[in-house]
Amino acid sequence: MVDSTDLLDLMAEIMDPEIPVINIVELGIVRGIDDSTPPNIIITPTYVGCPATDMISEMIREKLDAAGHGNIGIKNQLSPAWTTDWITKEAHEKLRIYGIDPPGDHTPSCPRCGSTNTKLISEFGSTPCKALHACKDCLEPFDRFKCH
Amino acid sequence: MSVAEKYIGAKLPTKPETVYILRLADNALILGQRLSEMCGHGPEMELDMAMTNMSLDLIGQAKLLFEHILTLEDLAPNADILAMTRPLEQYTNSLFVAQPNVDFAHIMLRQYLFSTMQKLQYEALLNSSDTVLAAIAEKSLKEIAYHIRFAKGWVLRLGDGTEESRERTSDALNCLWRFTGEMFVRDTGISDAVDTGLTVDFTQFYDDWLSEVKAVLSEAGGLTPPAETRMLMGGHQGQHDDNLGHILSDMQFMQLSYPGLNW
Repeated sequence: MVDSTDLLDLMAEIMDPEIPVINIVELGIVRGIDDSTPPNIIITPTYVGCPATDMISEMIREKLDAAGHGNIGIKNQLSPAWTTDWITKEAHEKLRIYGIDPPGDHTPSCPRCGSTNTKLISEFGSTPCKALHACKDCLEPFDRFKCH
Repeated sequence: MSVAEKYIGAKLPTKPETVYILRLADNALILGQRLSEMCGHGPEMELDMAMTNMSLDLIGQAKLLFEHILTLEDLAPNADILAMTRPLEQYTNSLFVAQPNVDFAHIMLRQYLFSTMQKLQYEALLNSSDTVLAAIAEKSLKEIAYHIRFAKGWVLRLGDGTEESRERTSDALNCLWRFTGEMFVRDTGISDAVDTGLTVDFTQFYDDWLSEVKAVLSEAGGLTPPAETRMLMGGHQGQHDDNLGHILSDMQFMQLSYPGLNW
């Protein structure tokens, strides 16, 4: 019998391919482990067209196989739909340090100098989950995680 | 089994559910493909990214819908074959989504009119008897909200902008309007799907859609849709204009040239 906490710890070793400072558990992609035998890892995509989704499934498969859990499956779950509310508080801080303004109701703030004097450059950024802003004080552009 | 049978073409859907979901999938796929043509051709880097992001969202929706169809009816060996190798007359998207990328005003107005329709169409699926379809709709609606916000912002800005931008938006409206009727037509494709409990009849919200769109157009430099218009239809039955042919010749080239290709 595999311990589900161990499995979640194993999943937490997998970093998001687009934002390699946060893992897929903190990001809310791993929703849990179901109670079937052998169990399945339940995952949910962030955006339906996000190319990282397939890559993440492959990374989970590799991780499970390498740990000797070849019999454990991966199950995609679409509902309830992924939301940025599932990103943990610790991950918010990691995002900021990495240079991404974390999601939330707060005024967009520059992750470098902390200024809230910013402007939106584009609603669509380098990946489906981010919008592009620029800081009017330090003049640096930055990504902001979209509330979703 | 010949190569053609194995890698090319799909059976026609027979269940009302799959007929309707195929229509949704084809709309998302074809508009996604249209928008992807703008990759590297946007007027600005940010707009290029916006159009390709929306394209990605739509193709993502299409992928989920095609995969779901195959769990309901065995139409093809896999979703790629279903999506990419059918002959033109088997695509059931509305004529609207295949309309060309004439200029940025056309693209933004097309997106605004489509996404506001799609919002109603997908909200009508939230209580579907098909829980997977409801989940796909729930997920997609979050992205559709972004598409509407973006496209609406640009319709307002262009309509209310310079003389040229208003002129182009007005041209776009005159070109595109005649294709909007098909998106809301209550044909057997939707009424049969309603009978099975797959979807609520979203076409009943046409008047709401119309007044919302008219209000936005009016705010966008006082634009009004053409008054007397014969709506052009046929896409749902596979009767397409030449636009779809051009899209397919590009989209299907690899799959038809190298049947069963893999990365």
